[in-house]
Amino acid sequence: MSHDGFFKNVEKLQRFGEAMSHQLTAWTEPGKQRNRIDQLFREVAEAGSEIATALLTPETWRMSTEDIDRRIQHLLAGKNLSDFGTDSFGYSPLDVRKITPVLEFLYRVYFRAEVHGLERVPEGRCLLIANHSGQLPFDGAVIASALLLDRNPPRMVRTMVEKFATALPFFGELCYRCGQVTGLPDNCRRLLEADEAVLVFPEGARGISKPFKDRYHMTAFGHGFLRLALQTNSPIVPIAVVGAEEQTINIYDFKWLANLLGTPSLAITPLMPLIGPLAMLPAPVKYRIYFGEPLTFEGDANDDEAVMATRVAEVKAAIQRLMNQGLAERKGIFI
Amino acid sequence: MARRKTQAVITGISGRLGQLLARRLHRMEGLRVIGIDRRAFSRKPADIEHLRIDIRRKACEDLFRTQDIDVIFHLGLMHDPRKGAGEHHSWNLVGTQQILEFAQRYRVPKVVILSTGDVYGPQSDNPAFITEDAPLLGAQRFAALRDLISVDMFAQSYFWKYPEIETVVLRPAHILGGVKNAVSNYLRLSHLPVLMGFDPMVQVLHEEDAVSAIVAAARPGLRGVFNVVGPDALPLRKLVALTGKPTVELPHFLLPGVVNRMFQLRFADFPAAELDYIRYSATLDGKRARDIMRFEPSFGVREAVEAALRTNIFDGGVEGVEAA
Repeated sequence: MSHDGFFKNVEKLQRFGEAMSHQLTAWTEPGKQRNRIDQLFREVAEAGSEIATALLTPETWRMSTEDIDRRIQHLLAGKNLSDFGTDSFGYSPLDVRKITPVLEFLYRVYFRAEVHGLERVPEGRCLLIANHSGQLPFDGAVIASALLLDRNPPRMVRTMVEKFATALPFFGELCYRCGQVTGLPDNCRRLLEADEAVLVFPEGARGISKPFKDRYHMTAFGHGFLRLALQTNSPIVPIAVVGAEEQTINIYDFKWLANLLGTPSLAITPLMPLIGPLAMLPAPVKYRIYFGEPLTFEGDANDDEAVMATRVAEVKAAIQRLMNQGLAERKGIFI
Repeated sequence: MARRKTQAVITGISGRLGQLLARRLHRMEGLRVIGIDRRAFSRKPADIEHLRIDIRRKACEDLFRTQDIDVIFHLGLMHDPRKGAGEHHSWNLVGTQQILEFAQRYRVPKVVILSTGDVYGPQSDNPAFITEDAPLLGAQRFAALRDLISVDMFAQSYFWKYPEIETVVLRPAHILGGVKNAVSNYLRLSHLPVLMGFDPMVQVLHEEDAVSAIVAAARPGLRGVFNVVGPDALPLRKLVALTGKPTVELPHFLLPGVVNRMFQLRFADFPAAELDYIRYSATLDGKRARDIMRFEPSFGVREAVEAALRTNIFDGGVEGVEAA
């Protein structure tokens, strides 16, 4: 056995150490960063008090049981479910009912989501296309919460989930019962043909695991979603999620350990040396979600990649515009 | 000239499905049923003929040489994880090849082969609707299925090699009833193991519906591969709940080694690879069979589960069953 691999890993660790110290000096550089750090502390304090107040006064944000039941009834009404309460994908609105309090807490309290243009999500089939970020897919949960808790009438978003995630115990089961499905073109096509709202993150694992320094720089988009939109005549709703990009600070992607564990990526965050895997949990950033005007495309679903690329670029540009708007409008990361 | 009786050959006639099919055909007018199986056929109706020979034997050929056979129902496939790979390959592949050779040599116009929906295999990244043209990945984690996949593909090669024979390959979902197969055996356990954090979608098919599909496949003019699906898919735990039996929650990451060792020591009746069936979904798209074969299941999930529980094979309820 050669020792090359071992030395390569030592080198990687060294590079990781360098990256970490670089980040630390950048954050603690006197004078220049001072104001920013003060500002961050003020923001965190404000967010903390907002969350504490919300927790003490649940009546200000919690939906009544009847309201939730009415929303779930609405989800049930439009569906052709089996005698056992599920559709062919394993989606069961009654199981969504069980996690609604958790979604409500994340959406209204923890991330204090601010939603713009929800009315732009049409009835019937549509593809929701959003930027993906934050190491863990809370962006998907918050978008789904918006459509479930705030839209009238409510819709259950069907997300195309990375196949690594749906294979996991517990998380996979949770995904399926709540209407999320393995991200396969065939699943997507069938859901669109059944007039569902399908959420796709065309950046996939690339997007969610990108390093902190690349926040708000979208990675390359896959083209599959556009082919499916053309095939099924589905409008595309561009969505920008602002805030999630700062929820978990990925300073180094530990590829070697990720390969060993079989995960798509493994982010090292600044707090990881202190609190271990808990450091993957998101900071209570403020989510701002911008729904754009639906885009419709016409053409051949089997066009060349080059032709597709121009259409995909149009969608990406729409998301970029919404994202720029969100970044310009926000006062801070946590408020 | 009086109209000649339609002559049907059933391989594996002594198996549960073979017996059910034989009885169903026997009730039809103007049909002569001849079975081939080395096992005994208990309580056989008198006018069903039964040749107790191995389908791999040359003696089998006499039947096809001397009789004008109109349709062959090839149900005589074996799947028993206890039997070695050699016996499986020889029985399933050589046997199927032999039957199809006879069909071609003695101009049998129709061959119906009962393959299995397991050829696709349970995988976390399976689509929710597996169509007939999906790759047959069943053996990628469960090597003991290789011979069944080979049989399925071998049968498919007859579509273009001998287009004059109408070959039909049926891939049924899990058949429940008096059959001795993995899923029926599973439901007959006193405590049903489930995997922590996993609840795949499963599809079941009542044994009588499986027979109806086989009969429907014999319709003249019909050829091709068909998934045969019963009532709507349901989560495994809902299926298990219908039995009213207690479940045992097991953590998957600990199991494969333990289960394989138990299988070797004969404490378990299934190898670890079969755990994937209670871990990931493999749900078939039954649209082709509905549209082209006009097959509609007439039994629900509850009836199928009852049918599996009614017969306790360990008390000798089903005789002479080697494989389903």
